[in-house]
Amino acid sequence: MRADTLRRALVGFYILLFFAYLFGPLVVMGITAFNTPAYPQAWPFEGFTLDWFGKLAGDKDLMLGLRTSLWIGLLVVLVSVPVGLAGALVMTQLQARARSFYYLIVVSPVLTPGVIIGISTVVFWRQATQLTGLRFFYDGTLMTVLAQSSFISAYTMLIFLARLARFDRTLEEAALDLGASRWQVFRDVMLPFMAPSIGSAAVVAFLSSFENYNTTTFSILADKTLTTVLAGRVRQGTTPALSALAVTIIAVTVAGALLYEVAKRREEAKAARRERNALRAESQDMAALPGASDTATQAI
Amino acid sequence: MHSSTGQWVILAVPVLMVLALATLSWRERRALGPDAPPGFIARNGWPVASFLILAVVLWTVFMIVLPLLSMIDLSFRPRLPPAQWGNARDIYTLDHYRFFLFGSNTSTDSWNVTHLKAFGLTILVSILVTALDFCICYPVAFYMAKVARPARLRLMMLMLIAPYWVNELLRAFAFRLLFSNQGLINRVLMSLGLTDQPVDFIAGDVALYSGLAYAYLLMMMFALYNAIETLDRNLIEAARDLGAPWWHIHAFIVIPHAKPGIGSGATLVFMLTAGSLAAPLILAGPRSLWFTPIVYDRFYQAFNWQQGAAYALILLVACIIFVLGVLKLFRLGLGEIAK
Repeated sequence: MRADTLRRALVGFYILLFFAYLFGPLVVMGITAFNTPAYPQAWPFEGFTLDWFGKLAGDKDLMLGLRTSLWIGLLVVLVSVPVGLAGALVMTQLQARARSFYYLIVVSPVLTPGVIIGISTVVFWRQATQLTGLRFFYDGTLMTVLAQSSFISAYTMLIFLARLARFDRTLEEAALDLGASRWQVFRDVMLPFMAPSIGSAAVVAFLSSFENYNTTTFSILADKTLTTVLAGRVRQGTTPALSALAVTIIAVTVAGALLYEVAKRREEAKAARRERNALRAESQDMAALPGASDTATQAI
Repeated sequence: MHSSTGQWVILAVPVLMVLALATLSWRERRALGPDAPPGFIARNGWPVASFLILAVVLWTVFMIVLPLLSMIDLSFRPRLPPAQWGNARDIYTLDHYRFFLFGSNTSTDSWNVTHLKAFGLTILVSILVTALDFCICYPVAFYMAKVARPARLRLMMLMLIAPYWVNELLRAFAFRLLFSNQGLINRVLMSLGLTDQPVDFIAGDVALYSGLAYAYLLMMMFALYNAIETLDRNLIEAARDLGAPWWHIHAFIVIPHAKPGIGSGATLVFMLTAGSLAAPLILAGPRSLWFTPIVYDRFYQAFNWQQGAAYALILLVACIIFVLGVLKLFRLGLGEIAK
């Protein structure tokens, strides 16, 4: 038993070490955001300041980039959610070899480095512009949306596939037997069933787009997103304003995660209460039935 | 061969691809005989069927296949001013690949040491980083999947994901703050009197490699966790009852069971590391070698897109070889990798 305790202590120590590695660099960066020296420094701590956050809000390029990033994220959601849903539905309707052939094509963007997706997108649209004379598509923001959507649609498709695996085909058949049209089945059976995963796919799509750098830097041309401006800033020199930006991002996400957790807890509590009430109502019904308690005692 | 033939090939491939898929699925459906599900349009109805076809064709043809084909096409074309594209001199060539190997389009006397070294190092370091990430993640993933109680598991999941909400660039920046000359580690080392000169972690690539190992840890963690989680706990209990030492249990029960997870984690981490651009830009020293910044410079410093496309293709081929290697090594199908 002694060896067992020792091993458990070692595992606990390892996990602590692991999370220290995970959080250490971020904590250090967080401290530099509140320290006065112009070179980001965590220690010694020379004085508390919030100036670096003010510098951040006054940075025009960064704010412009932020706006473009939000737009791109929104457009990517609008493209990749329907496309991923269509991709997943088509996947479930194919058999054996047709399915693996199709799978190979649609999953390839997940396994392709982001830089290559960005490169191939600009190359293609430059070529297409050259051939057709349409200048419309050779636009940084638009190409970034297309390039990001090519792999983000694969992410959303995988989310939808996981949900579809639990879909009960008989629901669809029942609706058809009751005289629903194909379109009604899609609208009133399939879409409501997919609703929760549509929400999570949209969140995943937006976040993947918002923080993407590798693909964007190739396809954005002269436009600016938050990440490309940020990359330029980090290369120019280190300033605590960047730490302040990181702190802001962390604060927003932690708040979001907490809200999500609270909402989930509340939902669960509500579901549990409903179940309890239903059980109680059921047992009262049972008790109200004449002879029910006798049967129950006999059964026991 | 003149480049105009390539245009026709590029246009023909998506058409052939769609036809092949349609024929294949039609034949497979017919082979099922009377049990076959209804046809695509009968099953979805016109409105939904046309949405599905339109969305999937837009995606696969215009966002996946055509861009890739035009990148391959461009990599074999000579560098010409735009006015001369498609004229008599636009003939397919291996110039850019020759340049990658020999550093010159004409002579083959000397190797292109800088680029070859950067490429080799990128691949080698990516493999090492993948292996390192596996070693770091395995104990934690096993603990989460088989030991931790639900409440603690949820907390750990949250704590794992939280750092990855922060942008990749800012995570690299955090490592820069740790490892730079005036960074925290050097300050601590100097104040302890262990060194009187700051240690140059950045030139020594220590910062780059630890930043890379950090960057894609989560992919490996979740791949491992998902795989180990499906293992029946009774198997572990049985092995323990039969007197197997703990490392036997891991080597002969858990790891073989987690093989698909290891495969998919390794593929993703390798691909992301070899293709990463943020960490090398921020954490690499002036003399560090990494392949993706070189590719970037071909495009936006040298404005030699043809050569850049060739370099990108070389990187892609290396990644494909790695994926196939992992599939072969772990005897897996592609479907099991991308889950």
